[in-house]
Amino acid sequence: MSLLEFCRWLQYSAPLHTLRESPVFFPVVATIHLMGLALIGGSVLLVDLRLLGWGLQGQPAARIADDAERWLRRGLVVMVSTGILLFMCFATKYYYLTFFWVKMAALVAVVVFTRSVHRRVAMANEAEVSPFRRRFVALVSLFLWTTVAVGGRYIGFP
Amino acid sequence: MDLFRFFEWLGTTSWSVALHESRYVFLFVLMLHVLTVSVFVGTAVMIDLRLLGKAMTHVPVSQVVTRLVPWSQAGFFVMVVTGTLLFYAAPLTRYENVFFRLKMVALAMAVMNAWLFRRTAWRRVAEWDLDPVPPRRVRVAGALSLTLLATIITTGRMMAYSDYWFG
Repeated sequence: MSLLEFCRWLQYSAPLHTLRESPVFFPVVATIHLMGLALIGGSVLLVDLRLLGWGLQGQPAARIADDAERWLRRGLVVMVSTGILLFMCFATKYYYLTFFWVKMAALVAVVVFTRSVHRRVAMANEAEVSPFRRRFVALVSLFLWTTVAVGGRYIGFP
Repeated sequence: MDLFRFFEWLGTTSWSVALHESRYVFLFVLMLHVLTVSVFVGTAVMIDLRLLGKAMTHVPVSQVVTRLVPWSQAGFFVMVVTGTLLFYAAPLTRYENVFFRLKMVALAMAVMNAWLFRRTAWRRVAEWDLDPVPPRRVRVAGALSLTLLATIITTGRMMAYSDYWFG
């Protein structure tokens, strides 16, 4: 089964057909998806603003990053689970949208980046990381998250 | 002149028509409005979670508030500017939208809640600044703020479905 065939099978399966019939299902899930955006946005900004020197400078970056990670994980759970539901409703539409694939690629990239380079820099002893490196890592993270968000917005445009 | 007539007239002004009919400028403003949720609501949520004793419990509340509020305010400013433009693009449609009206009520309540917090509990922040879980009245303010922000997001999203459901 090709990916397109899978999307078609998913979208036109009986349960998805029933969910699409409901006038409230998609709007409600989309609303929860948007609330996830706030949660992810907040926890990402907490760390990246700190690394840029514009956030909670009175606290060690490692502490802020540790705290933010819990909320980022919760935000991601909300985002991904509602995102999968939204995708399933119109799977074939998204299959053909370039922005959807750009968003997915950026999402994978930013999750990998956050769990590796980004975390290492945020958790490191601050005396051992140059300010330039800290800022650069924060900017890459913000750029990737913005790509995910913009891609997400464009998927929904008519 | 009543509001209905005023918004009807506002929608006929040339800039309103131009914004309404422009494909890319309108969508760009809409995108900014939606994505700034991550800055405005995002930082506000982190402040509220601290007020509730659910995040950054080791950081003094005053530090969280003074460092994050400027970002929340900057986000709020972008929200108001882009929101005003989206309203201006179709004044009567927005005015008649029941979810728009609910959203404005929730917004006014959220602003009032923040103002009340500033005028009351915040004045005595020194007494509970280091508490991992702040006093009850502070937690109530935080919970109220979270609820109102969720309401603003929900009613904002539902504006798009008003015609579909009730039209």
